[in-house]
Amino acid sequence: MAVVPAPRRAARHRFRLPFSGWHLLLMPLSLLFVLPLVQMVLTSFMSDSDINRFPPRFIPRHLYLAGYAGLFTESHVLRWLVNTIVVSAIAVLAHLVLCSMAGYGFARLKFAGRNVGFFLMVATVMIPTQLLMIPTYLMFARLGIVDTLAAAFVPWLASAFGIFLMRQFFLALPVELEEAAALEGATVWQIFLRIVLPLARPALATLALFTLLSSWNDLVWPLIAISNEKWYTLQVGLTMFQGTRRTQWSLLMAGNVVATMPLIIAFIAAQRRFVATMTFSGLKG
Amino acid sequence: MTFGFATDRPAPPRVVRRPAARGWRRGLRRAATGWAFAGPATAIVVGLSVFPAAWAFLISRTKWNGISPARDVGWGNYQTMAQDPELAAAVGHTLWLTALFVPSSILLGMLIAVALNRKIRFSGFYRTCIFVPYVASAAATGILATFVFNPQFGVANDTLRRLHLPTQQFLESRHEALLVIVVIALWGEIGFTSVIYLAALQDIPAELTEAASVDGAGRWRVFWHVVLPELRAVTVFTAVWQTITAIQLFDLVYTTTRGGPLQSSETVVYYMYELAFQTQRFGYGSAVAYGLFAVTMLLTLGIFWYSRRAKVEAF
Repeated sequence: MAVVPAPRRAARHRFRLPFSGWHLLLMPLSLLFVLPLVQMVLTSFMSDSDINRFPPRFIPRHLYLAGYAGLFTESHVLRWLVNTIVVSAIAVLAHLVLCSMAGYGFARLKFAGRNVGFFLMVATVMIPTQLLMIPTYLMFARLGIVDTLAAAFVPWLASAFGIFLMRQFFLALPVELEEAAALEGATVWQIFLRIVLPLARPALATLALFTLLSSWNDLVWPLIAISNEKWYTLQVGLTMFQGTRRTQWSLLMAGNVVATMPLIIAFIAAQRRFVATMTFSGLKG
Repeated sequence: MTFGFATDRPAPPRVVRRPAARGWRRGLRRAATGWAFAGPATAIVVGLSVFPAAWAFLISRTKWNGISPARDVGWGNYQTMAQDPELAAAVGHTLWLTALFVPSSILLGMLIAVALNRKIRFSGFYRTCIFVPYVASAAATGILATFVFNPQFGVANDTLRRLHLPTQQFLESRHEALLVIVVIALWGEIGFTSVIYLAALQDIPAELTEAASVDGAGRWRVFWHVVLPELRAVTVFTAVWQTITAIQLFDLVYTTTRGGPLQSSETVVYYMYELAFQTQRFGYGSAVAYGLFAVTMLLTLGIFWYSRRAKVEAF
């Protein structure tokens, strides 16, 4: 392994960029952003005596699994994880189906009431969540879905953002393909399913990622509508845990790891898509 | 993609053209198809916002704890708001938080984006590092922050000690709690603004900056006179977005201080949550929520109006 062929080495050298002063800014900043998360993971493997010492220790002396053991035996964390996965899966699926359909309807179909419907839908963006908390809670109570998982996923079935995103994407697609298919006698549904949706994959990926992120991380709706421990999502479970185990840091950090790592890993795996997505998400236009 | 539609530039948005097929023109059937597509999602979005918002207005004109019958108090709750010292304090905290958070997140986001846009090594790695906190939930971030800023054995104070600086109480201090919350919020949100700015920077045609350089403009002048004007639209967008984020910041307050110590970090949103879900004052809580809605809308419209006047097309 020590003998590296000289030509390849030279080729590598050619592509090496000169040192830039910007590293002096970006390196410490990157550390500042990542180190707390690294510490979160490391702390979850520490014993409480290791954590509560002075000065604090960053690297665990031994690998303690007591935090995780406590987390899994003393709480319903596995259940919370399953609940969260169910909520996010329903949210993502519903978003993909409903928002792409509505986006296509508003972008391409002409029908009575379209503009009114679209305007009403866009106007809802200005209504802050906080205004909706009380009546939504009361509404859920009347529907009998307080203290069920439905309370956590119903608010995430569709969103104005999702509809808008899909509409923008469909508007930018060239219309000729659809026209040609229509001339050949294809129905609207056939055109939508066979031609438009396959072209919309990047937009659907964006939508899925954003919905996953916001439904997984949502605290407000499950917090106000779910008080039965069995139906907590991870975020609610964590905050409840925090209230009762204030000083059991390894346990709290283990909970944090379970709640954040699935998304962080998914993000790092899909980050090309994710960042490309942010840039295209219509946030600019 | 074999049809050759994968063009380099997205086609400009088109007005919906009348489709050639005749069957589509039959009004009723068209409406049925249209609403079959757009109806379900629209019904959910509107049903979960416009309807509850209207209901909230009715509730805001009552005194109600959710159990005993509601009593109509007219505009009473809105009058109470004007004389509520706790609300006034909460408004002050929210304003502080917004005034600190929005400009910092814009400036830092822009700076980081400019740095990430240079062709240097590891820029992909740096970008990942800076973006990752955005993915972590606000609840987890808040819990992690109470650990990092723990006055006794947190890393923040340990660092200060090593630098021979006085240690701080951070979230447990009346004077620092709000500031620390801003710092934590920035940690979580900067990744978002940086990526937005990065995208905007990459959209600026290279010819523009090159032409300026050829004409003898220094780096700083190129940035100031060429790049910055190109970033105006995205700045307006970011300002609106981050203002709303700051005003509605709830999860972080809930998981770090719960408004304390001594209500020093109680924001309007948190106060509203306490009114409604801790003390069951649904009527007054709704009135406060409407007040917040009005202010948010005025601010948003204000920024729009300003950007329209300045001829920036942000949306």
